[in-house]
Amino acid sequence: MEGDALEADDARSGDPQLPAPAPAGWSHRHLLDLDVLTWPDIELVMSTAEEMRDVLDRPIPKVPALRGMSATILFYEASTRTRVSFEVAAKNLSADVVNVAASTSSVSKGESLVDTVRTIDALGADILVIRHPTSGAPYLAAEVFGGHVINGGDGWHAHPTQALLDLFTMRQRLRGGSVAGRKVVILGDVLHSRVARSNIWSLTAAGADLWLCGPSTLLTGFEAWAASGGPAGRRFHVTSSIDDALRDADVVMALRLQRERMASGLLPSLREYAARFGLTAARLAAAAPDVLVMHPGPMNEGVEIAPEVAAGPHSVIADQVTNGVAIRMALLYLLAGGRGAAAPAP
Amino acid sequence: MSGRQIMTADEIRRATTRLSHEIVEKQAGTDGLVLVGIQRRGVPLARRIAAAIEENERVAIPVGALDITFYRDDLSLVAQQPVVKGTDLPFDLNGLTVILVDDVLYTGRTIRAAMDALVDFGRPQVIRLAVLVDRGHRELPIRADHVGKNVPTSREESVRVHLIEVDGFDGVDIERLVPAAAGSA
Repeated sequence: MEGDALEADDARSGDPQLPAPAPAGWSHRHLLDLDVLTWPDIELVMSTAEEMRDVLDRPIPKVPALRGMSATILFYEASTRTRVSFEVAAKNLSADVVNVAASTSSVSKGESLVDTVRTIDALGADILVIRHPTSGAPYLAAEVFGGHVINGGDGWHAHPTQALLDLFTMRQRLRGGSVAGRKVVILGDVLHSRVARSNIWSLTAAGADLWLCGPSTLLTGFEAWAASGGPAGRRFHVTSSIDDALRDADVVMALRLQRERMASGLLPSLREYAARFGLTAARLAAAAPDVLVMHPGPMNEGVEIAPEVAAGPHSVIADQVTNGVAIRMALLYLLAGGRGAAAPAP
Repeated sequence: MSGRQIMTADEIRRATTRLSHEIVEKQAGTDGLVLVGIQRRGVPLARRIAAAIEENERVAIPVGALDITFYRDDLSLVAQQPVVKGTDLPFDLNGLTVILVDDVLYTGRTIRAAMDALVDFGRPQVIRLAVLVDRGHRELPIRADHVGKNVPTSREESVRVHLIEVDGFDGVDIERLVPAAAGSA
């Protein structure tokens, strides 16, 4: 990054009338999924998030980087941590924040997604953070929105900021600061999880030895994928044996069991699920001595994770929440900090 | 492309030493004195000044680093957001004399941003400014307290400070800017 840093410097000490130097690496207008990010992009997000962590530790955890910009947070699904995290992140960068909950907006009168996004655009928003129960909805929003769109979770498809904050947390807390070659287990309802899908992308790209574990009814498709070789050139395993998965694991990420799945007959009962796949202290003993326990939240304590594990010495769940603010600050800054791809330099 | 050299390595060394004397003289000692270098070449310059003060006064002056990226007034104008290089202020600024150190003083906008950043960390008693080169063309009511070398320039010229710690060699060049070709972006 040396050359990039020098160029950034030159923009400052050189003539301010001149066009800025060659891009420092970030060329994305939106963040809809991780599949368009290169590895240097991900490293840039990580290093920028480090700086944002430092900002969070300041006496006044606020910088004027996005002063005068407006972010609208449009959530069609319930959320506490992601929504609040985006709001805190945008406010820490001095952006103005508008929250729209679908339940109290014109959406409840039947307004379409496209019309809602056009309205938000016309009201002057520069950044749109969207969560929607339908996979792909943020792509539709990005087609009609004039500014930057960030996917805050869409259907089963993707939750890119969650995967980035998970990777950041692992690198921060793992000895050696890298996930390459480390055994990472994603445990639970992989089938319905956008968190798992985004994490599969980033963690295998980072060189992790990735294991997916859960009842076979909640691994549908992934088993066949793994049997056919999985993602090319990446380390990837799928198993319904929790003992195989947890043995010597460096990281265990439990996923929320979405209770609404019971109705569809994928699971016999919560109690049986907890008995067979719950992350308990006894099971965790088979993992590496300094294993990290993660959960994207919200948790069903006593179902996919035991309360003493969630609050135990291996848990980095609280770090995930704090790091989520830093990651979202980094992304907001990278997407909207310059004029970006939305309005290329003349 | 290399331009005309306006400071040699020796001249940078002498200017740095003189700055260190001026700073101590103005402060009438070293009590409550800290140096804060502005990323990126201000940081090694601040360390050199601190080393010179230590040599003369036998006192180690704390040195911090300040990244002003988030405080730039042109963030919404640059096409590409600059890479953030890190802020490290390992002291409580309240009541101290802070000497801001940068390589080139030009429009003054960097210094404006640096002062905004500093006061978010605390309330220094005094903020002073030391620069290696003052090239004129201020756009804000800002002046340096300590200047290594005053260099008359035109706006069509660019002043490049090279330091061993960053660039592998010491020297200051001035060159005429060629309008940026489309191919270079």
